[in-house]
Amino acid sequence: MTENPDFFDLIRQYAPNIINKVPYANTLGFELVDLEPGKAVARAPYKPETIGDIETGIIHGGVVTALLDNVSGVSVIAALSEMKSTATLDLRIDYMRPAEVGRDIIAEAECYHMTRTVAFTRAWAYHESRDRVIATASGSFALNTIKGFPTNTGEGS
Amino acid sequence: MSEDILQRQKKLQDYLNRTPFADFIGFKCEIMGDEMTAILPFEEKIIGNPSIRALHGGATGAFLELTAMAQLFLLSDEVSLAKPINLTIDYLRQAKAENLYARATVTKQGRRIANVHAEAWQSERARPVATLSAHFLLGDGE
Repeated sequence: MTENPDFFDLIRQYAPNIINKVPYANTLGFELVDLEPGKAVARAPYKPETIGDIETGIIHGGVVTALLDNVSGVSVIAALSEMKSTATLDLRIDYMRPAEVGRDIIAEAECYHMTRTVAFTRAWAYHESRDRVIATASGSFALNTIKGFPTNTGEGS
Repeated sequence: MSEDILQRQKKLQDYLNRTPFADFIGFKCEIMGDEMTAILPFEEKIIGNPSIRALHGGATGAFLELTAMAQLFLLSDEVSLAKPINLTIDYLRQAKAENLYARATVTKQGRRIANVHAEAWQSERARPVATLSAHFLLGDGE
């Protein structure tokens, strides 16, 4: 989706920070697994402190919500051809089946359309593949131009 | 509502105490009769954007989801918390690094499915930061 490969390289360097340097994503242990233009894949580890129902041991839906929100946002950034700030406008999540106890959750997102001001995404959360999804999401994000964004991300280079 | 509201309040508190995730994000609630106000005290770990000090959309979303589930539980006779079928979160304003509050309204409660709306705000009740609209599955069945 990106028409500017050099810019995508910059995004690729900067993208792990969108997850690693975000306190909430950090507390939940999210990590970025893969990044392509307009696409992102992230993982949430199974953590006992994020269980929603102690009797079943199943992770709370709120973790899936946060993961889908995060990975969708990253897919938007991966689709940009110039630096813009992104803000979630809305996110709809459909829960298909509960996550399995003790297993990590993978989420992949794609930004399938972008205008100057709005980006649209869809995302899937699963353990193994999209054939057996835990939840799907569709989102929209507002885009805003950042004035004077430096070409160097400032991360130790 | 056949059950005494006080018993129901106690059951809700018991349930929240047995929900590690509620404790993890710091979910608190004040129950007044059949009305509940949920509180998410600010903590550094729920920040989503460190440069503008905004709360994470996923934290706001999870908080609204818990609020909706708790309010629904308070008004129902169910033995366990309802399961979410789907939900839509509208992000209206940037959530600042401050406490977040929320209230939920059960719009419709059928035998199997309930529709719940919830609204979160910070310093001004009239300026919500996010709203949620969700469907929940009631009962223990599939």
